[in-house]
Amino acid sequence: MSFFKTITSKPWERKGVIGGLRPEGAFNVPAEKVALVFFLVVATVVFSLFTISYFIRMELPDWQPLTEPSQLWLNTGLLVISSVLFQWARNISGDDSQRNLLSAFFGAGVFAILFIVGQWLTWQNLQSGGYYMSSNPANAFYYLMTGVHALHLLGGLWVWSKSAIRLISGADAKDVRLSIELCTLYWHFLLIVWLVLFAILSNT
Amino acid sequence: MAYVPLADRDHEMEMHHPHSWVTKYVWSQDHKVIAVQYGSIAVFTGVVGLVLSLLFRMQLGFPDTANFVDPNFYYQAVTMHGMIMVIYLLTALFLGGFGNYLVPLMCGARDMVFPFMNMLSVWVFLLSVIILMASFFVGGGPTGAGWTLYPPQTTLAGTPGHDLGIILMLASLAVFIVAFTMGGLNYVVTVLQYRCRGMTMMRLPLSIWGIFVATVLGLFAFPALLVAAVMMLFDTILGTSFFMPAIIEAGTPLDYDGGSPILFQHLFWFFGHPEVYIVALPAFGLVSDVLSCHARKNIFGYRMMVWAIIAIGGLSFIVWAHHMYVSGMNPYFGFFFATTTLIIAVPTALKVYNWVLTLWEGDIRLNAPMYFAIGFIFTFIHGGLTGLFLGNVVIDLPLSDTYFVVAHFHMVMGVSPILVVFAAIYHWYPKMSGRMYHEGMAKLHFWLTFLGAYAIYLPMHYLGFLGVPRRYYALGTTDFIPQSAQDLNATITVAALIVGISQILFFINIIWSLRNGEKADPNPWGAASLEWQTPDTPPAHGNWGDKLPTVYRWAYDYSVPGAHEDFIPQNTPESEEPTVQEEHFDPDQDKSLADI
Repeated sequence: MSFFKTITSKPWERKGVIGGLRPEGAFNVPAEKVALVFFLVVATVVFSLFTISYFIRMELPDWQPLTEPSQLWLNTGLLVISSVLFQWARNISGDDSQRNLLSAFFGAGVFAILFIVGQWLTWQNLQSGGYYMSSNPANAFYYLMTGVHALHLLGGLWVWSKSAIRLISGADAKDVRLSIELCTLYWHFLLIVWLVLFAILSNT
Repeated sequence: MAYVPLADRDHEMEMHHPHSWVTKYVWSQDHKVIAVQYGSIAVFTGVVGLVLSLLFRMQLGFPDTANFVDPNFYYQAVTMHGMIMVIYLLTALFLGGFGNYLVPLMCGARDMVFPFMNMLSVWVFLLSVIILMASFFVGGGPTGAGWTLYPPQTTLAGTPGHDLGIILMLASLAVFIVAFTMGGLNYVVTVLQYRCRGMTMMRLPLSIWGIFVATVLGLFAFPALLVAAVMMLFDTILGTSFFMPAIIEAGTPLDYDGGSPILFQHLFWFFGHPEVYIVALPAFGLVSDVLSCHARKNIFGYRMMVWAIIAIGGLSFIVWAHHMYVSGMNPYFGFFFATTTLIIAVPTALKVYNWVLTLWEGDIRLNAPMYFAIGFIFTFIHGGLTGLFLGNVVIDLPLSDTYFVVAHFHMVMGVSPILVVFAAIYHWYPKMSGRMYHEGMAKLHFWLTFLGAYAIYLPMHYLGFLGVPRRYYALGTTDFIPQSAQDLNATITVAALIVGISQILFFINIIWSLRNGEKADPNPWGAASLEWQTPDTPPAHGNWGDKLPTVYRWAYDYSVPGAHEDFIPQNTPESEEPTVQEEHFDPDQDKSLADI
């Protein structure tokens, strides 16, 4: 759909059916994918606003930078593996063989769960080290931003678990293909968000 | 997965057919039922907001006679009135109510694209309303921080509802945003992907354009409120200092340190200004369709109207700081926001001109919806013009904390959208219920509301010029405020009571007419847009019977030269256009006969 071509057309001049024999969407992809892309934009706005607030708050004198735990590198690795496995699952979801698909899709979710567990452990470590939420805004932002990211991941895992159950119960791979594709897109998005957050948190 | 167009998925929609009373009216996935549910919850909440306003007007008009309105309750009532009206009434009613009802019907779809998520949206919305209303019943009552919820006073002991009230308010907002996002994704994707055959984007009625762009605004603006609400919840509950500065409360220093209250204001208004257009754009769209239909003329400058809606939507994201001039800011910053604010007047004025030019030489039918639509043009021009004053920094600074601002925003985003709500309800009532409303009662309702609204808000401009401050529980004795200001306040309160009570006419009318109204023709106004061409009135589940409609023209073929009737529905093929020749009627020939 060319945006400018669309909004400059003159609907009062042209009569008759425009388009083919079937209804046509603005984008030649399933509606679910359009909805997900819109949701990703909404989520981007949320994370951007948190980030902007972070930078504005950082300028104020009481800010004491937090040294991010090195365990975050390991967690990042887990999320990268999760994303790669999703991509693999997506690539082979068109094949007839179910075997690799199950392991890839399942493994992807498991690594995401491990990432969340890892994040939770870093929280525990920070708490035991005396880095409480209320003691400094840098700590508060750390908990807040990683928490919101983890919540998004949990939402994704809910969809993942539904698709996984369908796969295990013997649903045809073609029926769950869209779910796999959308999960993959969502995971890549959350990986990018995490990498940006990680870069910002550890460099400030 | 390969893209499967709607025509091939048509059978899937059948799965949602209701099987019992509960699935038909309670857990319904039908967009029309969900629209009524959304609308009813919003209107109920709105009535609470209306009653609250009458209560605090009693205190303003007749100080200390209404004893139950103490200072705490006054601030709580003002706060809840503002939040309820802007978010839980107008946003929910325009997008959840009208959006749900009209989007699938006007696009020629069987339902929303994700009916289950749509159903979830309305129930989560109800949950947010319940959380909001719960704050009336907890210790300390609802928050009294003003609808903008500015820190630090929101969480300080001097503010009513500073403990549980504010927590419930923020929680309710967060839940509302979740509900809105679920509904909003539905409206946007339905408009983009589920239009029927032949329905191009530029053949959509302006109602859909308004609802579509407003929903996109909502999806991008509500996150700012969510972020602000979450951070403030952390400040309130967990003792963080995102927004809370170092502060002393009643002689005791609090644990907060170094937070930025101005940051909250930026976040709040980054949501708050688009919110004005989230309410206004659907109103612009709906009123365009009502005006065009009842003036029997195509909307003047359709393309320009669409462009204006998009331009206003885009500009609304770069004007937010004009709500914050009094917070103090870099003069260049203020200059920038004053400029963008004045620029937004250009597309808005274009729309007003186009409405007036639509009426110009139209075959105007003064039905009740048309009364309200024309009334809207008046109130919107008045509210819009005072907006031009307030957009300038130097004029805003002295007027900002006075009744002038109250008058301005009530005219532009209180009275104007509400007039459109009434216009739209009366206009689509025959389609929704299959009955006609009582025309006389509706017109009486219009005059009481319209004149009453002017009686309330016109004097407020003068109070503002006098320097009467807003937000005050009582004015006390102040040299620069004469006694006549108090008399004016009393008059305003009487007018407000009359307007408030006269809304009962509206409720009586629509409820009474449900059973006793005259049976409505499927298309009583002779409207060309698709929702009036459904096989059943009210439309049945699935909207279109066996076959989806096909669209051959835009939605504004009114008074077409040579046409048999003065309108041609969108789904009439060119080959079937009834012409005067077919009817063996030639006005020229008749004229020549008459001359003989």
